[in-house]
Amino acid sequence: MVGVVLVSHSAGLAAETVALARGIAGEDVPVAAAGGTWEGGLGTSVDVIEAAVRGVDQGDGVVLIPDLGSSVLTARLLEDAGRVVVADVPFVEGAIAAAVTAGAGSPLAEVLAAAEEARTYRKL
Amino acid sequence: MMEAELFVAWFEEAARQVRDNRDRLTRLDAAIGDADHGTNIDRGLTEVLKELAESAPRSPGEVLTTAGATLIRRVGGASGPLYGSLFRQMGKTLESPVTLARFAGAFEEGVVAVERLGKATMGDKTMVDALIPASRALALAVRDGVDVRRALDQAARAAAEGAKTTIPLQARKGRASYLGERSIGHEDPGAASAALFMAALAAVAT
Repeated sequence: MVGVVLVSHSAGLAAETVALARGIAGEDVPVAAAGGTWEGGLGTSVDVIEAAVRGVDQGDGVVLIPDLGSSVLTARLLEDAGRVVVADVPFVEGAIAAAVTAGAGSPLAEVLAAAEEARTYRKL
Repeated sequence: MMEAELFVAWFEEAARQVRDNRDRLTRLDAAIGDADHGTNIDRGLTEVLKELAESAPRSPGEVLTTAGATLIRRVGGASGPLYGSLFRQMGKTLESPVTLARFAGAFEEGVVAVERLGKATMGDKTMVDALIPASRALALAVRDGVDVRRALDQAARAAAEGAKTTIPLQARKGRASYLGERSIGHEDPGAASAALFMAALAAVAT
């Protein structure tokens, strides 16, 4: 399965979004949180993200979903074409779309495309 | 010729200047950002100096890549990946022995890495508004055969002027862009710190 890493400034936001995504997509889907700095503060850490990527990497690729600002910049430093990709999507909707598609066993390109479709979802 | 010691001295002087200006950077960032720029860079550079002392890199390129990698790993805000990419790319490109022309070329590559990562261009009210004028000043100095000391002076002046040009701009990148028109009238803290980096280099080259 494709892995999904949720990158946020906030460890709590990332962890709770992972819980939500797992609750909807299933507990077996490899979704990990990479929130906050290495010291537990607000911010982003390349080491925390790298560790999360290693944790969900089953060899089928990993999608990184950043929230904003330095999360995006730090996630982009880890891009590795065809293996680790960054999705430019709303955090919660993108996370759930990616997790559900990854859980269905879809390849990396499809998981990324499903996450990116979340950008155009209307709620009303 | 620019030796590894000069590049270590650059980071020592940058750390000193950032500490002296920490409150000003924080004030600038409080106006249009989240007031952590001065503290973040100050702490990042403290880590850089520690890492440089421990790993004792021998070439200018190694000094720069070590500093860049440390900033990427140890600064939790946007300035970490951005300054980190600047120095890491500069270090990867820079060949020894370092001449002004080689340094100017590596600096330009570093600035391109920053632009690519942040997707920012001139006029977006970011550090790029100080870095590009500095890069251009270096290229002109190389073309005109200016000596290293004067070239770095001109680059520092161009960066400081570039930082001032961000005052009337409306931010199009970074946290300040959420403020829209309210970002007008404030100097961009990233451009201000970029100007400090260039001032520090000019100071140690004399």
